[in-house]
Amino acid sequence: MTAATTHRAGPSGFRISKRVLPYVLSLPALLVCIGILIPFLTSVVYSFQRYRLSQPWARQFNWGDNYISFFTDPKFWNTLKVSLLYAGTTVVLELLLGLAIALLLQKRSTLNNFISIMLLMPLMTAPALAALMWKLMTNPGFGVLSYLASLIGLHDFRWASSPSTALFTVVLVDIWVYTPFIMILLLAGLRSLPTQPFEAAALDGVPRSFVFFRITLPMLTPYILTATLFRLLDSIQQFDIIYAMTQGGPGDTLTVFQVEAYLNFFQSTNVGRSAALMIILWAITYFLSNIFIKNWLRLRERARGQA
Amino acid sequence: MEHTSLIERILRGIALTLVVIFFMFPILWIFMMSFQTNETILRIPPQLIFEPTLANYTALITGKLMTAAGTLDIAFMRNLWNSVFLSVTSVAVSLLLGVPAAYAFARHKFRGSEDIAFTLLSFKFAPALLVLLPLTLYFQKLGLANTYFGLIWVYQLICLPLILWIVRGYFEDIPADIEYAYRIGGHSWFATFRKIALPLAGPGIAAAGLLAFIFAWNNFVFALVLASADKQPVTVGALAFITSSGIQYGQISAAIVLSITPTLALALYAQRYLVEGLSLGAVKG
Repeated sequence: MTAATTHRAGPSGFRISKRVLPYVLSLPALLVCIGILIPFLTSVVYSFQRYRLSQPWARQFNWGDNYISFFTDPKFWNTLKVSLLYAGTTVVLELLLGLAIALLLQKRSTLNNFISIMLLMPLMTAPALAALMWKLMTNPGFGVLSYLASLIGLHDFRWASSPSTALFTVVLVDIWVYTPFIMILLLAGLRSLPTQPFEAAALDGVPRSFVFFRITLPMLTPYILTATLFRLLDSIQQFDIIYAMTQGGPGDTLTVFQVEAYLNFFQSTNVGRSAALMIILWAITYFLSNIFIKNWLRLRERARGQA
Repeated sequence: MEHTSLIERILRGIALTLVVIFFMFPILWIFMMSFQTNETILRIPPQLIFEPTLANYTALITGKLMTAAGTLDIAFMRNLWNSVFLSVTSVAVSLLLGVPAAYAFARHKFRGSEDIAFTLLSFKFAPALLVLLPLTLYFQKLGLANTYFGLIWVYQLICLPLILWIVRGYFEDIPADIEYAYRIGGHSWFATFRKIALPLAGPGIAAAGLLAFIFAWNNFVFALVLASADKQPVTVGALAFITSSGIQYGQISAAIVLSITPTLALALYAQRYLVEGLSLGAVKG
């Protein structure tokens, strides 16, 4: 809006330089990123090739073979299943927990503000280091959490090293790190809601469950959507926590997309399969990010309007 | 909210206490472990009271761990330095490239401007390994593998979209009229940019820089794929500890404490801007 008026209202003497100027200003940033676009295209090419680092002589185009073989490949279906399960579980649990905490802290008070700042600390911890912290705490030999589990009767609870509890453990770490993200966004959303509807509802003696489901939630929806999609985009690509915790193990319990692609590339040196996996993940994230950006833009317009 | 019953207030209090324990306990516990010797760490049940020792920190800082079997070299300070250098330089480069671009996107609607801005944004959401894996092969050919230059270049993927979109929002908040008034006074666009736009967006730029620093510092996968031991930041370096022989759990904990302190401190300092930064300008704190 402002830019359109800029054009007409601006001093006419600057017309020519004005047309070039924005390009000049944004070109360096763009050039740096174009260098990074090339590997993206390379990935597309690799994904259509039979390409193993261990057998460079056998490298040739096999067109869709990498993708077609996925249909009959139980490892691929496992990757897809674990990725979706991980993303789904973390996002749903973080959303519920984050919303609950945000509601608890909604009222502005010194204590609530202090707690909300404290809760940011897990979010600011590097996810890989967070996984390392939990690894130390769940160590079967001396881990404090293993000890606490044994107190409640779980004597042989093996956390990330047992296939049956590995997913639970990494999800727990993810919740620890990222729930504050949802909490802080929803808290900001809650506190920015207009107060009149709530005052009116209180005056009319409307039950609080009604207020929550019919006023609070609908008004909070744009914030919830943005926070959820943000997390979903991140979570479906999770690498740091899972790799730092178990490197995808035990066995292939936790071989989510990025971990599986990493192992394919560096351990089995199967570049073609690794690239095809990444392209599929990219397609999923591209689809999600398009939905995300629409919501995000709407919210961003609103935030700009407040300023 | 005013007419809450006593029971409800108690329940709220319990719920909040549980929340605080869950989120604070790991940090507190690792902090305590970092002041313990291996003997006290291995004791069962875990000890809450122990004689604190600074030995773990001394071992990390001097880089020499004295054991019964001899001295062991720990390169942790090197990792810490790498983290500082990579993050600071990446953010500086990002600010240099990103702030003018953000200004262009905020002030001028030019052909393809939105497309370019969104392309840059999409880097933030694309899977990192999609780009990183082919990049390792290129970097080996170009001689950029395991160089600071190569790493800082790739770190732009983290910092640049963040800075561009946050700073753009701050520039958009400045009323264009202020800039016109200055321009009509006969000043060049550059003078306007430097004397008016930059100072007014200053706090926002600083906040974006701090956030980009935190994200660069916390990054793991870029350096895992592209750097070998002497260029690795703390995130990769500390993780390598757990498999290296001779290093004790106390030292790993101390390394974690040293590695997360800078980002925690910065986050507390910049917490006013965190909401806006984390949502890329979509939510105001």
